[in-house]
Amino acid sequence: MSPAGALLRAVWRRMSGRIGVVVLAAMITGAVAGPFVLPSPIAQPDIEHGGRPPSLAHPMGTDQLSRDVLARVAGGARVSLSVAAIAVAMSIGVGALVGLFAGYKGGAVDAVAMRLVDAALAIPRLFLLLLLLALWERIPLVVFIVAVGATGWFGTSRLVRGEVLRLRESEYVAAARALGGGGGRIMFRHLLPNAIGPLLVAATLGVGDVILLEAGLSFLGLGIQPPTPSWGGMIFDAREVLVTAPWASVFPALAITLTVLAANLIGDALRDAADPRSA
Amino acid sequence: MTAEPLLQVRDLVKYYHAGGLLAARKPPVRAVDGVSFEIGRGETLALVGESGCGKSSVGRTILRLQEPTSGEAVFEGQDVFRLGREPLRALRRRMQIIFQDPYGSLNPRMTVGAAVAEGMQIHRLASGAELERRVAALLEEVGLDPSYARRYPHEFSGGQRQRIGIARALAVEPVFIVCDEPVSALDVSVQAQVLNLLADLQRQRGLSYLFIAHDLAVVRQIAQRIAVMYLGRIVETGPTEALLADPRHPYTQALLSAVPEPDPGAQRRRIVLHGDLPSPSNPPPGCPFHTRCFHPLRNERCRTEVPPLRPITGTLAACHYAEVSAVEAIEAAP
Repeated sequence: MSPAGALLRAVWRRMSGRIGVVVLAAMITGAVAGPFVLPSPIAQPDIEHGGRPPSLAHPMGTDQLSRDVLARVAGGARVSLSVAAIAVAMSIGVGALVGLFAGYKGGAVDAVAMRLVDAALAIPRLFLLLLLLALWERIPLVVFIVAVGATGWFGTSRLVRGEVLRLRESEYVAAARALGGGGGRIMFRHLLPNAIGPLLVAATLGVGDVILLEAGLSFLGLGIQPPTPSWGGMIFDAREVLVTAPWASVFPALAITLTVLAANLIGDALRDAADPRSA
Repeated sequence: MTAEPLLQVRDLVKYYHAGGLLAARKPPVRAVDGVSFEIGRGETLALVGESGCGKSSVGRTILRLQEPTSGEAVFEGQDVFRLGREPLRALRRRMQIIFQDPYGSLNPRMTVGAAVAEGMQIHRLASGAELERRVAALLEEVGLDPSYARRYPHEFSGGQRQRIGIARALAVEPVFIVCDEPVSALDVSVQAQVLNLLADLQRQRGLSYLFIAHDLAVVRQIAQRIAVMYLGRIVETGPTEALLADPRHPYTQALLSAVPEPDPGAQRRRIVLHGDLPSPSNPPPGCPFHTRCFHPLRNERCRTEVPPLRPITGTLAACHYAEVSAVEAIEAAP
């Protein structure tokens, strides 16, 4: 069996990993299936009587604008999960490349890249994002995703660089060089595949971070723009009816909590599984 | 030897400088300090010495896995240390290396087949079905089942991994292989199997080896000539038979006394060297071995004057008093 397959199997063997996978799979199913079985998340069937409690017709109730909360949570899952997936893929990709080059090339390349990363890491990510997103009046979704992705790779690059510094001294890398393998082959066939364990851990934990970040920014009005449903935006919109219609904010909050928890559980399980001492 | 040797190393020097912009200027580590030797076609030269004597640095520098500080290595008529990018790539087909650590020398994320195929892909020697056929043939040649190609390194034992490493090196059809302690990490029974395999391959393919080891017992059966290294220098060298039968340098005598004797009746004095290997960043002046020497004649001259390698009976030894065997001298004394 391939090492990657073995890793995934090891995650499933762990209770925390299994719970995480099940919860995340349920979220993804809801996000994908939602539009086909649920009412439109932006339909306002009864604008006069919004904020209805959960019922058979609306299992999570309706919000202040009489929109179906379940449909909006599912729609929010679609947005939040895809934003998280794309942004994390971006930051992991950029971080892996920067770390790989810095670690492999060493010397001046490494010193310059890592000092820049140090500087970027010294500024809280939320501030960086607020600064970036303030440039737009109405933030397009693409801009939002790119901004989140572009501010998330610093830690990953450090992580990968550290791994690469260790791995590049290994005898199989020396063997590849002795065979005449060039830098590209050594970086992408020998170094990167062996740094994939920590990278996967960083990615899953990153998903949780991005969902929280997206919720926070949407709550501040700097995230996903209405009427597109997003979990943070829903909580923001429902703050005025927090007492009279708590379901309108509780359910999206629950969705955030569960998803972040699931991502972290999978990340922890991956970390344990990737640790050679547990093998 | 009348024919041109395959490889001639002259005055090889490799210093390691303590790195870092902010690190204080420290004296360099003199891993290899003026080593010369040659290896003929189809010949095995064993490079023997204890950990830290610089023997692995010699092997890696000849292959340009590390850049030398100075010296030259003429291989098939060209100086390896002066080759540009493309000629160096071409050279990689002629010289290969087998490593000590059967666990660290195979990429855990690459199948055995991919590892063996890599060299042939780099040099575009084969592709597709032909590549698969060659991988299978190589695995068979080193005594492994061709079906192992689809498996990963962690499924194999140390001896099997070493065979995989040998197949990987053979894939590009080299004429010269640096064997960097290829059996040091293996059980004694497995050691013999791998040594036999290396000897068979040498005969069938006409290979030359630089065989690096820390144990004279291991090299006895595979090397025609032995060079003993101490603190970055060759202190004694000669044909295997002569060097093992009548070692002249006290260090060689000490190394030899550590080899287990198969005959329990045979009496041989075990020489235990006192003290540690001196720091290679601050080697002692004069004879590098004088701090641990047990030669009864050792004196002020050893502490000030570096002994050159010079012919004694049968071997070349770098000792001012090599004419007198240190072991015999202390045994004769009461």
